[in-house]
Amino acid sequence: MSSEDIQSEHGHSPSALIAARIEKRWATLSVAIIVLLAAMAAFAGIHQATMPQARVETADPSTLHLSGEFIESNLGSAVEPDGSVTVRAIGQQYSFTPQCVVVPADTPVTLRATSADVVHGILIEGTNINTMLVPGYVSVMNARFKEPGDHLMPCQEFCGVGHEGMWGKVQVVDKDTFRAMSTDNRRLTCVK
Amino acid sequence: MLSNKRLVLAHFLLAFVLFGVALLLGAWQMYIRSPLHPWLSNPELYYRSLTAHGTVMGYAFPTLIAMGFGYAISQLALKQPLVGPRWAWASFFLVAGGAVVAMIPVSLGWASVLYTFYPPLIANPLFYIGVVLLVVGSWIWVALMSINLRVWKRANPGVPVPLAMFANVAGSYLWGWTAIGAALEVLLQILPVALGFKHTIDAGLSRVFFSWTLHAIVYFWLMPTYIAYYTIVPRAIGGKLYSDTMARISFILFLVVAMPIGIHHVFADPEVGAGFKFIHSAFTALVALPTLLTVFTICASVEIAGRLRGGKGIFGWLKVLPWQNPIMLAVAFSFVMLGFGGAGGLINMSYQLDTTIHNTQWITGHFHLIFGGAIVIMYFAIAYDLWPHLTGRALTDLRLMRAQLWLWFIGMIVTTFPWHWVGILGMPRRMAFFDYTSPELQPEAISVIVSAFGGFILVISGFMFLAVLARGMMTPRTQAGEYRFSVAVHPPVRVPVALNSHGLWVGLMIALTLTNYAFPIFDLAVRKDTSVPAVYVGAR
Ligand SMILES: [Cu+2]
Ligand SMILES: [Cu+2]
Repeated sequence: MSSEDIQSEHGHSPSALIAARIEKRWATLSVAIIVLLAAMAAFAGIHQATMPQARVETADPSTLHLSGEFIESNLGSAVEPDGSVTVRAIGQQYSFTPQCVVVPADTPVTLRATSADVVHGILIEGTNINTMLVPGYVSVMNARFKEPGDHLMPCQEFCGVGHEGMWGKVQVVDKDTFRAMSTDNRRLTCVK
Repeated sequence: MLSNKRLVLAHFLLAFVLFGVALLLGAWQMYIRSPLHPWLSNPELYYRSLTAHGTVMGYAFPTLIAMGFGYAISQLALKQPLVGPRWAWASFFLVAGGAVVAMIPVSLGWASVLYTFYPPLIANPLFYIGVVLLVVGSWIWVALMSINLRVWKRANPGVPVPLAMFANVAGSYLWGWTAIGAALEVLLQILPVALGFKHTIDAGLSRVFFSWTLHAIVYFWLMPTYIAYYTIVPRAIGGKLYSDTMARISFILFLVVAMPIGIHHVFADPEVGAGFKFIHSAFTALVALPTLLTVFTICASVEIAGRLRGGKGIFGWLKVLPWQNPIMLAVAFSFVMLGFGGAGGLINMSYQLDTTIHNTQWITGHFHLIFGGAIVIMYFAIAYDLWPHLTGRALTDLRLMRAQLWLWFIGMIVTTFPWHWVGILGMPRRMAFFDYTSPELQPEAISVIVSAFGGFILVISGFMFLAVLARGMMTPRTQAGEYRFSVAVHPPVRVPVALNSHGLWVGLMIALTLTNYAFPIFDLAVRKDTSVPAVYVGAR
């Protein structure tokens, strides 16, 4: 646009029409970008099964240790009949139980976790496993660890003045090692 | 036409003093948690400082800026004396008093729960009462902005509402409505427990209430900055606003779509099902629209300035822009930071990408770049622009102002880029210290040190800013002349009712909030099995 155009001040001057046209093009482009982004998110969610947990499940933190799936003897990794592994864990000020989670590589893993007191979080470094633990509710995440190795598992949410000390660990072992471990124990951990 | 100078000045001065204190706390935190300092023997001090930093920077500072700027706009744009000055002062003292009441328990270590509250952690009740007073004070401002516009409209039937006031009132309605989420959380859930009437609380429900506030509060922080983009920048650099209509549409879009998207803050939470998370994720994409429109309109307006100054060719106009003008510099820096921050925001809004960086230092880096960077640098610009009109004294040291803005920009980049990086590596946020000797964390040490130095640069810049304002109150008196807002290339002669009033859009805002929030809230509120025992912190 030239400065002569800019200085014309009448409502429907040619410059006003040009300005409106350029503006409309940009607005259309903006809308297109946004539709594309939303479509990409929807596609990834549906086709790669990376959707948040579908259902809300609850667990009473004051009776966790007495009954239900989060009693202490049931925490850790369990082999399911279909060969997948379910990991049950709880967070409390300022540790996880179990502090060290052991899982097999290249196997579908379901993480079920809750909090015994305040809000915590579980983040497994080097993976995209990352969820909040809210007391009263059960967090569920599906995962698959590609290779054996160790990962840090910090609590990622402020949970009180000991928050900085709340670090757990995840040990990914190969399938055979895990199978050998699971013949002796119903629930596995790597806590020493 | 600024008859109530002292009112505006009081808001700005309190805002910037609080800002200076919170800035120092922030830099101290960065130092403490970096490898430059041994582990803190009492980590509670860190969380105490973090609570103060967040409460001031998130609630007190931007609210005071929006209020002070709003009073200035009401007088300068409408060219009428402020209606309800006594109420305005009362609301100022409520906000100031609320900030003091909240900060007493925080500084004593009785409220180290962070500005996001995090029930079932329960702090000393004074902390929440202080925050409530602050919010109630700001609601008086919301009402005053609406009343001032109504008085003007009655005297000027059919005349287009000046853009600055149109946007200012939109921002005030956004704040009035978005603050309700946290207000419900505090009044219905937290305060009864803090005061000892109840001992259990539904933490999931309170997280949903807070998410109602948490997203749109960011747009409330953003409003003064966007108003400055549209109504100060083009005039200050000798250009014209490309389009008045597009500006109105952008502000309306903020009002309507900033609200019903807050559940993206609880993507990783167990208390909301996948359906509403998906709906909020899709709506979140929409909120990029007003920003994309703004980027276009402001770049075009700046180009107009360059062309009017004789710039030729595709990029020639950039060279001839008035770079020695602090406002020009500020808007350029603001846009660069908005660009980086916005790109990061697109990552956060996607559920899939968010899982890698949720609650890591990436998030800290992201919102410091957007709020501390793109937004606050324009608060500086607003203060520089208004100061002569408030004090009747000129700001003469342009070099100091430019150096200050450069340092803020550099400091923000140096602080936040390493934060993003260690976030990708998985470093969690809000920790008082880290064991950098562990082999897993060692690679993060250098980035944390770099970002701490960024924090020190920000402190220097922040205090240079305060020095500019302080010196500006001591120079000889001058006449600042009449204050002007930007003029559009084609100034509006007649504006459709929909673009000249807020009623329809406020209705839509409320309706969308209800459709997107009523079910998740109702669903949790009727559950009997999710209330958990409170965990009290600090002295009672
Ligand atoms: Cu924690
Ligand atoms: Cu948000």
